[in-house]
Amino acid sequence: MDELDRSIVNTLQDGLPLCEEPFAALAAALETDEQTIVSRLARMLDEGILSRFGPLYNAERMGGALSLCALSAAPEAFDAIAERVNAHPEVAHNYEREHALNMWFVLATEDADRIAQVVAEIEQETGCRVLQFPKQKEFFVGLKLEV
Amino acid sequence: MNEVADRLDDATRRLVAATQEGLPLCARPYEALAARLGATQESVLERLAQMIDNGSIRRIAAVPNHYALGFRANGMSVWDVADEAATACGREIGELPFVSHCYLRPRHLPEWPYNLFAMVHARCREQVEAQVERIAEILGPRSRGHDVLYSKRILKKTGMRLGREI
Repeated sequence: MDELDRSIVNTLQDGLPLCEEPFAALAAALETDEQTIVSRLARMLDEGILSRFGPLYNAERMGGALSLCALSAAPEAFDAIAERVNAHPEVAHNYEREHALNMWFVLATEDADRIAQVVAEIEQETGCRVLQFPKQKEFFVGLKLEV
Repeated sequence: MNEVADRLDDATRRLVAATQEGLPLCARPYEALAARLGATQESVLERLAQMIDNGSIRRIAAVPNHYALGFRANGMSVWDVADEAATACGREIGELPFVSHCYLRPRHLPEWPYNLFAMVHARCREQVEAQVERIAEILGPRSRGHDVLYSKRILKKTGMRLGREI
């Protein structure tokens, strides 16, 4: 990554303008031209430096539901439990964390009622109690990594 | 923050599906997107603006891959703050540049006293610790206790289905 890559990433984390030629609108500030921005973006997506470029949707505002959940899996059963949890398509991501509550996953469903059903299924399949941590309030979301 | 969620009409659903992999990469991306949808650029720009307005789209932006950029340590810091102070605390912590997500969530007493969650990203664990220390200073006596849960392994990570993206 060179200086220009970094400026492009830093600038585009804030957002792309909504206009017919949005890259041209940014080119002057970045001291380059629109074609260069587009090809740098394509390269950085290709190399995995960027994981996405596009609209970032807010599932909850679109009628969907999300809930963070956690459970405590015994070490010897951990992988088998992870496999059962992950088998649910509603599990969007799942992390092992260093804590007595060692498995933390996010359920994403198209409608809110489905969350409780999936939790009940996971509890039944794993024998583990699932704690739910639905968000009650969200503060500024959008890490800006200065690269 | 409580307005009724945008109902997913057909046009919105198609727009979401068409941008599942991202925005077309060309000088006129909204025109290219409109072509994919068989719609006019004007109507696509209008719909996107509306969805940004009502919060269905947070922004149209580049999402860096933390890991590829060297931000390999992440800690979920969790704090026990009094309910009446929680909103003020959340606002202050959510503004910190190294905090990616900051949420108020329910406690599960007695085993889980924490109600404020702040995800911290850094290049190494020492840096995460320093940032957590910084949060502790800001909260001062408003924090009655905290913990940091480091991630050990990603067990699953998928994009969201239908049109969901977080």
